[in-house]
Amino acid sequence: MTTAQDTTVIIDTDCANLSSVRYAFERIKANVTVTDNIDAIKAATRVVLPGVGTARSAMLSLNNKALIDTITGLTQPVLGVCLGMQLLTTQSTERGSDTNDCQCLGIIDTAIGELDSQGLPLPHMGWNQITTTAHPLFSGIAPGSYVYFVHSYRAPISQYTIASSQYGEPFSAAIAKDNFMGVQFHPEKSAAIGAQILKNFMKMTSNSLNLQRSEVAQ
Amino acid sequence: MLAKRIVPCLDVREGKVVKGVQFRNHEIVGDIVPLAARYAVEGADELVFYDITASAHDRVVDKSWVSRVAEQIDIPFCVAGGIKTIAQAREKLAFGADKISINSPALSNPSLIDRLQDEFGRQCIVIGIDSFYDADSNSYKVKQFTGDEAATKDTQWYTQDWVEEVQKRGCGEIVLNVMNQDGVRQGYDIKQLSMVRAICDVPLIASGGAGTMEHFKRVFTEANVDAALAASVFHKGIIDIQALKRYLISNAIPMRV
Repeated sequence: MTTAQDTTVIIDTDCANLSSVRYAFERIKANVTVTDNIDAIKAATRVVLPGVGTARSAMLSLNNKALIDTITGLTQPVLGVCLGMQLLTTQSTERGSDTNDCQCLGIIDTAIGELDSQGLPLPHMGWNQITTTAHPLFSGIAPGSYVYFVHSYRAPISQYTIASSQYGEPFSAAIAKDNFMGVQFHPEKSAAIGAQILKNFMKMTSNSLNLQRSEVAQ
Repeated sequence: MLAKRIVPCLDVREGKVVKGVQFRNHEIVGDIVPLAARYAVEGADELVFYDITASAHDRVVDKSWVSRVAEQIDIPFCVAGGIKTIAQAREKLAFGADKISINSPALSNPSLIDRLQDEFGRQCIVIGIDSFYDADSNSYKVKQFTGDEAATKDTQWYTQDWVEEVQKRGCGEIVLNVMNQDGVRQGYDIKQLSMVRAICDVPLIASGGAGTMEHFKRVFTEANVDAALAASVFHKGIIDIQALKRYLISNAIPMRV
């Protein structure tokens, strides 16, 4: 599966969980590089977009590094993690001190809003169960598996949902469109289940995703 | 369904895990990384590391073990101890801590909570509160600098007021450590935790007093906390985490297994 040219790049977004994501890939013996170099990102076999904090500061960071067009133009497998998932969508109502919604990358046509926890404590923090679809990211993951979440905003259930969870309301635990996928939870902190999800991602290439899509189309 | 969390706490001093009784007479329990790894394998949902000497002696938690834990442990962990500035917090998070817990420095300078929240988001800001029952005034009060008995002092804060204050300023979670109960394993202070639960809109972690499996059951069912923290019962092998989780599941408490 892994050839000499097989590279996985973690985009250096200056966010706080960068090392955690890198360590998790290293634990499954994946060869990963952390970089914000545009050529290296474009040439990678697969790309990880990590993130914690607010959508606004993360988008600002990507903009300052001139990475927005690079990311939206990627054709290889891309995995957004937590805020990285939220950045793949069109916009977020997580405004911070701003009065307008935050414009995101606009790759997946869904929008981030506040999680309606129905009075349960927020942030939604801890291990919750996911219901998965047949998407290859969740290959071998049993229904009801627990993964670790920390968030107060969420993507609603939509046609792009590839895994769901429930906290006050049902929401997208993972979304995907074409070669882009994102997980709201933290696979890097989700013990064996998280490691399996990262291993599944490491098996993906542009070709494997195209093959899978043509099978689905048939 | 969101699982309730079992959180072993590792008090760290001079790079070793220690445990004292009512915050005193600390004895060495073991090395940090092997103990952390053991708990992760046994099913701990999260780990908390308190550098208990840091605030009292004006030192900052040693960074090197934070990286080593983050490299090897695949569950979330929180680092506490002497974090007083944005730069110190950023360093811990950059080394791989998922959350940072602030206790004494927040009491000295409550605006630290606002600034940390602005910078990192409230999801990684935990406030630790050392609360004790003051028999004279029949009320719960907050203590500061509990890592060192000689430096420990009372504050002007009633526990309820401080719980409201830290939420208003933007913390993402509260660890309520009930000092009268700590280390004596007589059970969590259900009455006090229920009182705090009623005014706590962020996740609440109970700390102090765990001695039996039933204590865990009671704190989840009666005080409705999100997580239960304990140290000595796990370090001394009095309670096995897997057995504890099976027991709690059999009592209809949602647990990750």
